[in-house]
Amino acid sequence: METTPQSPADEKPLVFLAQPLFPEFAAALAGRYRFVLAAATSAEARVLLVPGLAPVTAQQLGRLPALELVAGTSVGVDHVDLDTCRSRGLIVTNAGPAFAVDSADYAVGLVVAVLRRVAAVDAYVRRGRWAADGDYPLATKVSGKRVGIVGLGNIGSRVARRLAAFGCAVSYHSRSPKPASPYTFVPALLDLAAGSDVLVLSCALTDETKHMVNREVMEALGKDGVLINVGRGGLVDEPELVRCLREGALGGAGLDVYENEPAVPPELFDMDNVVLSDHRAVITPESIRGALEVVTANLDAFFSGRPLVSPVQL
Amino acid sequence: MASAIAAATAPPTGAQHSVLLLRRANDYLAATLRARYRVLSFYDSGAPLPAFLAASAATEPEPPRAALVVGGGAIRVDAAFLDAAPYLRCVVTTAAGLDHVDLAECARRGVLVAGAGEVFSTDVADHAVGLLIDVLRNVSAADRYVRRGLWPVQGDYPLGSKLGGKRVGIIGLGSIGSSIAKRLKALGCVIQYHSRRPKDTVSFKYFHDVISLATESDALIVACALNDQTRHIVNKEVLGALGKDGVVVNIARGGNIDEAELISALREGKIAGAGLDVFEKEPVVPAEFFSMDNVVLTGHEAVFTTESGSDLCDLMIGNLEAFFDGRPLLTPVLPK
Repeated sequence: METTPQSPADEKPLVFLAQPLFPEFAAALAGRYRFVLAAATSAEARVLLVPGLAPVTAQQLGRLPALELVAGTSVGVDHVDLDTCRSRGLIVTNAGPAFAVDSADYAVGLVVAVLRRVAAVDAYVRRGRWAADGDYPLATKVSGKRVGIVGLGNIGSRVARRLAAFGCAVSYHSRSPKPASPYTFVPALLDLAAGSDVLVLSCALTDETKHMVNREVMEALGKDGVLINVGRGGLVDEPELVRCLREGALGGAGLDVYENEPAVPPELFDMDNVVLSDHRAVITPESIRGALEVVTANLDAFFSGRPLVSPVQL
Repeated sequence: MASAIAAATAPPTGAQHSVLLLRRANDYLAATLRARYRVLSFYDSGAPLPAFLAASAATEPEPPRAALVVGGGAIRVDAAFLDAAPYLRCVVTTAAGLDHVDLAECARRGVLVAGAGEVFSTDVADHAVGLLIDVLRNVSAADRYVRRGLWPVQGDYPLGSKLGGKRVGIIGLGSIGSSIAKRLKALGCVIQYHSRRPKDTVSFKYFHDVISLATESDALIVACALNDQTRHIVNKEVLGALGKDGVVVNIARGGNIDEAELISALREGKIAGAGLDVFEKEPVVPAEFFSMDNVVLTGHEAVFTTESGSDLCDLMIGNLEAFFDGRPLLTPVLPK
């Protein structure tokens, strides 16, 4: 992490880091930029690279008066104080579509795993119970289920296409309808939940969407309904989710994200109609490389005065 | 043919046709059958099979001319069976596979056989794709990991591998294999296949033998029938050709894979993982699998969903009615 100034011709652009780089990032970006951990005030920092999901607060941003760009490496940027960014006119970029395919694949994996009880049956078989206790109870069909997608962006649109190939009927809810989309737009989330067998959350976490999936929505989804969350834990009222599952008001859930990761409500651990994962939907070695490409493209564009690749609308 | 004429004869007025029930029936099936037929239930009789079949010959006014059987190896409709029940003219099976019925023997005796048609195809295909995603992306393994409370303690579970762009080799491109292909295409996989003959209605790359398919695939999905030619079609050589990053998914029959070789290959890291819904000696699953995190195990459930159960009942009844009315079977396996 070189900080002593070299001659102007050699000087690589200076990029401040909100937290240390992952090894893969360090290796890929080494030699192109000078990195400094933004632990202290810096009058020079124009760019802050946010390699993970650790919060970027108003205070931290306040210590960087020359800041122009906050470059995230994830899809969701709710860990960044966007109000401060907006009021200071900062640009925020995210990973764009880099993680979309893998998130969508995982969401589909969760849908099948919950409906067909794959994870539960796997545990059952591993404990020798198939031979001892007979067949696991019947699971339910995936094909033909009515799927409601919340947020039809990069991830949501890919989930839609995949589940349509399974013979599912797809509708969606988002801030505004997407005219180019072949799927049915439903203006109210509650109506989408009421008319769906499976609700997939793939939208950003904002003040408007926080706890959008509340008791009412879960009850509308119903005792045979399944909630899949590959967005952000904060989209769901988590204690209410646990209650609804316990009471049988909601039929099942596939969760990749939680309100206080890595803490997962332990009440979920012995529920067979729930599949849990450790915020892995987005991550494969290939998608990390993809994210790196987007980040690099954004940094290159910024330092050469070209339009950014994946700015987030604040 | 004598069997068809016999089938078309109605029993004396008011009486129902008799039907042998050689499988467990859920309430819906039992009720639907009893509403239409005189049901002779093997499992209810408690008698050994030969005694049951012999006793059924004496049924008044006529012995059962049709039998409902299920797969899974419990009862084989073979020469011995048919000798013990010479009055049978039609076998209605609801298994997705036909390896429990000796088709040659049935053909020789002019016994009609009705199969399950495509009732199962979508459910099996859904499950197969679910297993593939699970193996590649560690869905069940991560679920176990989180449930054990390890996430806060040990950090993230190791990464899985992308589905998009994977070359998936399907062994057997019948209605199940085709349904699998359709789903995997939407997931960005490259589809290729081996079957007895190339299908000119599809544009996927065809391989004449399983070894070359395995050599050029990242994943193999077994979706073919079990017969003499396909027993152990996935063997040591094929697993070797698939390679250390390859995975195999089996939703066909346990006998399609050499299970002992599969266990060795997994143990030695010769392949990367497996998703298995079927095993050579169900419901016994080799304990060696239980400690493998790169394997997903399900209990022969690919075909069974609550919805397919009633679809199946309707199909069984439809075939029985066609037989007793002297009409062609809805989903005939024999005559071809």
